Parts: sequence; structure tokens; C-alpha cells
Amino acid sequence: MAKIIIPTPLRKFTEQTATIDSKSETVQAAIEDLAKLYPGLQQHLFDKEGKIRSFIRIFVGDDDIQALDNEKTAIQEDTVVSIIPAIAGGIS
Amino acid sequence: MNNLEVLIHSDVFLQVKEHLESSFPYEGCGFLFGDNKNARVITKATPALNNKTGDQRRRFEISPLDYMKAERLALEQDLTLLGVYHSHPNHPAIPSEHDRIQAMPFFSYLILSIQEGTFAKATSWRIKEGTQQFEEEKLKIPQLQNH
Repeated sequence: MAKIIIPTPLRKFTEQTATIDSKSETVQAAIEDLAKLYPGLQQHLFDKEGKIRSFIRIFVGDDDIQALDNEKTAIQEDTVVSIIPAIAGGIS
Repeated sequence: MNNLEVLIHSDVFLQVKEHLESSFPYEGCGFLFGDNKNARVITKATPALNNKTGDQRRRFEISPLDYMKAERLALEQDLTLLGVYHSHPNHPAIPSEHDRIQAMPFFSYLILSIQEGTFAKATSWRIKEGTQQFEEEKLKIPQLQNH
């Protein structure tokens, strides 16, 4: 099964589980299934329109899905999907 | 007043301070690691590249690949990734709207005000549970009397 790696700040919503197995076939389905399993993740992963939040990046292996097929990116049995929070900010 | 606290080892704080002073007039940034079992204690910091395209005197951004490396480092060294530090060059150590809207739960956001290249003040902030609002946490630095 594919593995989804949960970033540290979101593990409080997954009972401190760092890695979740997924049978989903696309990134979108995998992330949606994850949010159904752990509803506390919903507001941190999806915006009000149900799209993955702009402050969250999804990587398949070492590749940003924005450089692949976005949320439709296919995942295989040995795929590692990483959820990565945007780390950014600054003055004013 | 909340009872949030974070303790940072003084040698780690000095490392962060020197990094951010040397980054002036640009914003510097990095990761904070440590233990969160009984109390939140920062025992390690690693600098990160400010990857922001545009004015790095007012903005910082850490690349997703650097974030992945930080998570791996935490696993390898049996540490917890506890947060992020960054500087506010010639501005107060108060989180901005840009800081707030992109902040994640759980993380400590350590901000150092750097005035003309010299450290002025440090504060630390955490997102209040169930909100997207910061609340300040008490920053404890042993052996540094001023903070």
C-alpha cells in the first residue's frame, strides 16, 4: 500500500501516527480518505471549496504534485506521499 | 493569560541569534527541534535557506524539500520537530498577518527582532487550539538574564 507521511504539526489529529497506509489510487482520493479517517485534519487540509489548501504542498516521492498531475496524480503501491505545510511569513 | 511555555537551551538560542544577526538585512529562518513530552524544550536548531523570491528583507519561505529534510532529521535523531524560527529585521518581534495565516497548529514560532544587525528581542508564539490566532508563549532561556 502507498504510505502517507503526516507532518509533525498535524499528528495531534492522527493520534500521533506519523505514517498512514492508503489504498487510494490518486492523491486527491488519498487525502480525502485521510480526512474522513481523521476529521480533525479537514480544516487544515482543505479550503471551503473542498480543494487542498494553498498553504499545503503534496509531494509524491521527491516531486511536487504541481509538477505532475496535481491532485489527479496517480499513486502506486510503493508510493510515498508527503503532506508538507508551507513554512513562510515575514514582517508586515 | 495562558500557561504555554517553551524553554530553549542557551547555546541553541545563541546559535539562532548569531544566524539571524548575520542574515541582516534579510530575514533568516530555520527549524527548532527538541522534546515535548512533559514540557516543551528546544535542544537543537538548524538554519534553513530563505527561499523566497522577491524581497527577502520582508519575507521568508522555506522550501518543501528542506521541510522534508527537517522531518527526516527529527526521526533520525529521535527528536520532535517543534517549530520554526525567523527574524524581523528592523521590526518588532510580533507576528505579522503573513505569519499568522500560514501558521500551523502545534508549532512554536520563535521570532527575533534584529535592529540594524543586532539582536533586540525574542518572542515565541503558538496557534491557539481550534483557531488561526496566535497566542504568546513564555520563552525561557536559562542563563540569559534579559529574556
